[in-house]
Formats: sequence, structure tokens, C-alpha cells
Amino acid sequence: MEIPYTVKPRPDTGLYNAKLGIWLFLASEVMLFGGLFSAYILLRVGADLWPHGMLSIPIGTFNTFVLIASSVTVVMSWASLKLGKLASFKLYMTLTIACAFGFLGVKSYEYYVKFTHYDVWFKDDATAQKYFTAAYGEKGEADVRKHFVERFHLHNTKATYDPHEIQLAGHIQGNPLFASHKTLAKAKTEKIMFEPDPKFGSHDHPKAIEIPVSDVKRLSAYVPAHSTYFAIYFTITALHGLHVLGGALVLGYFLVTADKWWKKAPEQFANRIEVGGLFWHFVDLVWIFLFPIIYLL
Amino acid sequence: MQAKTSTHTQEAHSHEHHHDPGFLRSYVFSTDHKVIGIQYGFTALAFLFFGFLLMMCMRWQIAKPGVPIPVVGGMLEAMLGDVAKGGVMSPDLYNAFGAMHGTIMVFLAVVPLAFAAFGNYVVPLQIGAVDMAFPRINMASYQSFAAGGVVMFVSFFIPGGAAQGGWTSYSPLASVIPTNGQTFWLIGMVLLITSSLLGAVNFIATVIQLRAPGLTWMRMPFFTWAQFVTAFILLLAFPPLEAAGILQLVDKVFGSSFFLPSGLVVSGKPYDVSGGGSPLLWQHLFWFLGHPEVYVLILPAMGVISEIIACNTRKPLWGYKSLVYSVLAVGFISFIVWAHHMYLTGMGTKISTFFQTTTMIISIPSVIILTCLFMSLWGGSIRFNTPMLFSLAFLPMFGIGGLTGLPLGFNFSDLHLHDSYYVIAHFHYVVAPGTIFALFAGIYFWYPKMTGRYMNETLGKTHFWLSLIGMNLVFMPMFFQGLYGMSRRMSDGGATYALTNPANEGVVTALTSTVIKLNVFITHAAVLLLIAQIPFIINVFMSMFNGKKVESDNPWQATTLDWQTPTPPPHGNFTKEIVVYRGPYEYSVPGHPADFTPQNMPDPKPAK
Repeated sequence: MEIPYTVKPRPDTGLYNAKLGIWLFLASEVMLFGGLFSAYILLRVGADLWPHGMLSIPIGTFNTFVLIASSVTVVMSWASLKLGKLASFKLYMTLTIACAFGFLGVKSYEYYVKFTHYDVWFKDDATAQKYFTAAYGEKGEADVRKHFVERFHLHNTKATYDPHEIQLAGHIQGNPLFASHKTLAKAKTEKIMFEPDPKFGSHDHPKAIEIPVSDVKRLSAYVPAHSTYFAIYFTITALHGLHVLGGALVLGYFLVTADKWWKKAPEQFANRIEVGGLFWHFVDLVWIFLFPIIYLL
Repeated sequence: MQAKTSTHTQEAHSHEHHHDPGFLRSYVFSTDHKVIGIQYGFTALAFLFFGFLLMMCMRWQIAKPGVPIPVVGGMLEAMLGDVAKGGVMSPDLYNAFGAMHGTIMVFLAVVPLAFAAFGNYVVPLQIGAVDMAFPRINMASYQSFAAGGVVMFVSFFIPGGAAQGGWTSYSPLASVIPTNGQTFWLIGMVLLITSSLLGAVNFIATVIQLRAPGLTWMRMPFFTWAQFVTAFILLLAFPPLEAAGILQLVDKVFGSSFFLPSGLVVSGKPYDVSGGGSPLLWQHLFWFLGHPEVYVLILPAMGVISEIIACNTRKPLWGYKSLVYSVLAVGFISFIVWAHHMYLTGMGTKISTFFQTTTMIISIPSVIILTCLFMSLWGGSIRFNTPMLFSLAFLPMFGIGGLTGLPLGFNFSDLHLHDSYYVIAHFHYVVAPGTIFALFAGIYFWYPKMTGRYMNETLGKTHFWLSLIGMNLVFMPMFFQGLYGMSRRMSDGGATYALTNPANEGVVTALTSTVIKLNVFITHAAVLLLIAQIPFIINVFMSMFNGKKVESDNPWQATTLDWQTPTPPPHGNFTKEIVVYRGPYEYSVPGHPADFTPQNMPDPKPAK
């Protein structure tokens, strides 16, 4: 019993089985990410406020180029096999996998930065103004409002927001991960030392201020629970990251077993790399859409 | 019993082949499409029965709210604790059973049986292939399905019990119930979706790549066409639900607010989340799968029916090409009708009108399919065996289910009928005496191919008549309850809104005692339906050993390739080279030696 067209293409379709299989799988993946992108659009269109400029564009751009480079190298690795050059295949495949882990490393760093960055909302207007002044001096509220206007692109609106609706952004001393008003209450923490972000347009960090937890209405790191923006950002990029990781592991497996396969079934091996490469291009393509909608728009 | 049959066939197996793959490789981790099909079949039938038992408990509660369930009540209390205190079903337990009844019936019983079990077993045979295109992915598909089933099943026994938000799991309700049932449900669903994705890729690749020489598209049996379209629906409609499931899981586990709006108040307290999410988003993503899923339930059933009707009327299917084009049209249009489930959400009249229009359009190809099947009966010399009886019953039953859907598809009449028992009656007519009858028909029809023995006809006919009567007695009264305004998902069967309840004195819309009394009637009918399944269960197991042996490899004298194999088909399926010379339904062709001409039979040489 032999399943036909596992290696050679079927004449009328021009495809071998796995190549058709991966295209079908990718069609399904398009619908999966399509669903998530639709969710992004619906949430953003329906949102009162949608933040902007929360992520570092240089880092994102760098990562975009890393992934694009990996797409080039994965094609080169397949082409090397087709030319019969196993050594050059190994080189290009190693580069591809290195790019993948480079991408994931940078992404992890970005995640870490977000997980230790906090927004605080205060229980009422008077309290809020008190801490705004403590953080930025006399005209503290105006500075915090400037951040607010920038973050949510409110230049052209006349809407006003009460001070307690406006967040103070910064770090908590000791850089804890994932703290929130709920975890602080659970741990019976009475106060935190908060290091506010620099004034708008400046790089000088103001002095840390002491905030009793009882003054806080809400405190959240930049995690999914922070807002729908971060929720969709983390969900899509994490799912994309899992695809990168999965792809890298499979390609890594191909790399490790290359000698054996090359000896046993060179054509089938090249097909495997081609199919893996198609998946890899798809993962890149998702990022090409993700980068503008999450970093730039 | 399972072990006994295995050793028996394994011996036969090892004689034919020089290698013996061993019990585990042959029956548990098999990559053979037929074994996987049977695994799917048994698992799905077990879940079908389990889902039915859940409903029997609920029916008791609806008929006699607050009265302990006899026998089963005590068992529920012992297993599940306080939710079934004193053997009485609490509203929480009712909700959990209701949500899981829907989930299990759709995702763990009917779809796996219709698509995965029959599709796996029959499609490669019908296209003359040795196996599926990706046998190991096929195995992974079943394992993922089994894992999903285990997660769903285990969720009954965790603290707080299974998911309670209905099979549709609408947020915010599903997200704010403080137990972990919903989390299990979501993880289970992700596994089930993975399984169906792997299956769908495999089916499509198999049909496109592995058709035998000569088996052109328009020579493909309608069953395979139906499965092919179904696979596309699963491939493309399920992922948005997976996306939705992931989002709800993040809501549940990481406290985000994808589906939780700002200002949400739960149990009188502001809910402590960021807000800003959209409950409508869940509904859109859910029904983007949810509606095509209806066609996943029905198309394979139509495929089964058309095979059986062609074979048992001894004439070609009427309008084969119309059937094929209709099934393709249904497949495409099924992607643009989803929001007809959401007329009452306030999404706007323009959107409602669009979806009302597409909904009416999709009824056209569906009616064409049904009409072709009816027309196929005309002038046939019908053999009234058990599979044919079930198939014949399918036609009017599905007709009732389909036609009663029209008032739900129009948004003005849906305003009244939405979320009432009318809806329950409508979709159960489609799925229970519709799809499930077709699946029974398929089991009786292909059983001789799978085992080499017929199922018992007397038991089969008993099963059929009792089921037909039971089904109608259960679901027909629900139309009237719904028209009277009885809502779904009430754990007391509407007692709160009954005229007899002193609180409702003078309320004109309160439920009359006739409507309430129908609950008791329906529950009795459901018991009849339960009894009707006993002959079937006996029949499936008994006929394996005592059934009448088939006289030939083609006991029904059918034309398609699935009957041109040894019985049961060995690993690799065919013992001879398969070349296809003709269309799938050449029955009673004038001038041919028999009243059926198999697809792989060359044209007889013209007599000189």
C-alpha cells in the first residue's frame, strides 16, 4: 500500500499532497487571524479612546526586518537543497532559526517592558490633582493632560475628562511584574513608591512619590487586563509568537535531521523544506499586517 | 467485548499480512482511515447517548420542577454534590446540563459522526484511494478530538461544574459566571477545533489528490461531494470561533475585556474590569461558525441519504448536477447568513435586512436538494429495508425542520419566535429526526461493509418506527409551546410565568395550563424515544457476532466504489487496480447485464 503523490505532484493539480495540505492549512490560518483582525477593527471602532504610540517603533521596525530577513534565508535554504548544496542549506537554515529566536528575544524584551510599566487612576479629582502636583510640580495636571491628549489623539476634540479619569503612568519601585490594585489589596500592601514617567517632551525622571493604596481607584500594568488595546495587542502578538516558535521548532527539526533525510529521500526532504518555508512566509506575512496596525496606526 | 472482537479480527489480519502491527497500533494508534472512522463512530455514538441522557434529566425537571429525579437524582447527588441536593436539579445544574447537551450533541456527537466517522470510513473508499492523504494527521485529529471530549466530560466534576452559559456561550454571561466550567469548555473547544481543522485539511487534500484514475469531478458520488463541501466549511468557518474562544479565554484567565462592555454591573456591583469590549463581537464570531455549522450537520446527512435512495430505488439520482451545484451554493452562501441569529441584538435594520435576504436565498439550493431527493423516488422500485426507511423519514422530517425555519429567517416574525421553544423545535427537527435519522440510516447501510454482517431487520424496523413516533411526539408540541410564548432555557419549564402562579394573576401573556401540561406529555414522549434506542444498541453489538452474513462484497448491489472492495476492506482497501469508467448512479441502465453497473466496470463490448 502506497499513498500516491506524496513526493511527485499529481499531473492534473500540479501539487504534491503536502503542498496542497499546507495551502489549505494556511487558508484556515488566514481565517483565524482574520477573525482576530476583525475583532481588532470592531473593538477599535467601538472604543471611546484608543491609545497610540504605546510601543517602540524602532524596536518594532528592527523586528520586522529580522523576520523579513528570515523569509529570505528560508527561501535560500530551499534553493540550496534544489541545487544539491547541503552545507549551504544548513547555513541558511541556521540563520533562519537564529532570526526566529532573535525575533522572539526582542519580543520578550518588549513584553517585559510593558509588564513593569504601570498606569494609576485615583479615587477622586482632589486626590488625583494632589499626586499630579507631587509628580510634576505646580502645573502638574496640565502635564498629565498633555500625556493623555497625546496618547489618545485628542487634539481636535473638545471633550473634557475629570482628573480622576486620567491616568498617571510610571514604574513601581522594585519593578514588580503584573501588579494591580487587586493583587496589592490581596497582599495587604499599604503604599507603593511610584516613579512617574518624564514630563511630556522631556527625558528627566521626576522624583518617586509615595502613594497609599487607599488613594488608588485602579492600578494596572500594561497587560491584557489594562485595556482592550493591550488585550488585543498581547493576544495577537502572543499567538503570532507561538507560530514563530512552532515554525522554528519544526525547521530546527529539519535542520537536525538533515543528513539522514538528505541521504534517504532528497526530493521529499526538499519538499518538506518548501512546505515549512510556505508556513514561514505566512508567519512573516501576518507580522507585516500586525506591525502597522499595532505599532503605527 | 471490544477486546474480544479485536483479537478475533487481529488473527485474520495477521494471516493476510507479513507483519503484525500489534493491538495498540491496530486499534488505538492506528493510521488506517477505516479504524479511525470506527473510533470516531463509537466515541460519537457514546457522546450522542450521553447528551441524550443529560436531556432526559432536564426533561424531568421541566415536567416536574423541584421533584427529585427518580433513581438518577441520587446518583447525581453522589457524583456532583450540592447542585443536585436531594436528587433535585438546581437551576445551576440545569444550566450546566443545557449548555453541555448542546455542546456535546453538536461538537462531540453529530459532527464527528456525520463528518469524521462516515467521512473517514467511506470517502477514501468511494474515491478509490488506499487511505487518506495524511494518515498520521488523521490519527492526530482523532486524538485531539478525544482529548477535547475528555476535557468536556471532566468539566462536569470540577468544583462549580460544567459551563453554564449555553452552548452559544454568550458573553458577558459566560465570562462572569465565577466557576471554571467555561474555561474547561473553551480549552475543550480549542482541542475540538484543532481536530476538525486537521480532519478538514485531510479530507480536502484526499478528495483532490487521491481520486482514482477516471473519477472526474462529475463522476464523484454525491456523498463525497457533500463531505468535500463540509470540509471546506469546517476549514474556513471554525477558525473565527477559535479566535473568539481564545479571546474569551484571555478574558476569563487574564481578566481582559474583549467581550465585557464598560459599566458592566454583575449581581448589583460594578464589575472590576477595564471594560470597552463588545458583547456583539462574540456573537458575530460565534455565529460566523455557528451558522455554517448547521450545514456541517446537514450536508453529510444529505450525502448519506442520496446514496441510500439511489441504491434502494434502483435508479439514478434525479438531477445529480443540480445536487452538486446546489451543495456548492449552500457551502458558499452559508458564510453570509450568520447574523440572522442576532436580529434581536439591535445591530440595525439595514444589517438585519441584508441577512434576512441571504437567509431566504440559501433556502433555494436547500430546497433544490430536497426536491431532487423526492423526485428520485418517483418510479423507483423501492426496497423498504431499514436504511431506506430512515432515509424516507428524513425527507419530510427535514422538510418540516427547514420550512419552520423560514419564519425565523424573517426578522419581523423572528421578533415573536426568537428564543422560544419554537426555535428548539425547528432546529431539532433538522438535526434529530433529520440528521440523526440519516446517520442511523448510514449505520444500517454501511454496517455490512464494516463487519461483513447485516444488522437485524426486525430490531432495525422496531427502532425506526418507535423513533419516528417518539421524535414527532417530542418536538411537534414544542412548536405550539413556542408560538404561545414559552421561552427557552427556563429551569422550571415555565412555571414562573404560568397563569396558575398567583403572581401572574391577570397577566394576559402568562402561559396557560395547556402549554404547561404539554411539558409532561413531551417528557413521556422522550422516555419513549429513549426506549426506542434500546433495540438499536442491542442490534449494533449483537449483529457483530450473530448478524446474517453478507452473501457478497456488494450486498446492496450498489454502484459506487465503496462496495467494490473486500469485506471488511483490508488495510489499503482495494485488492485490484481501480479505474473508473462511469458516473456514480448507473442503476437499471437498459441493455446492461444487471440492474446496477459499478463505476469501475468497463463498458460491455457491443455485441456484433
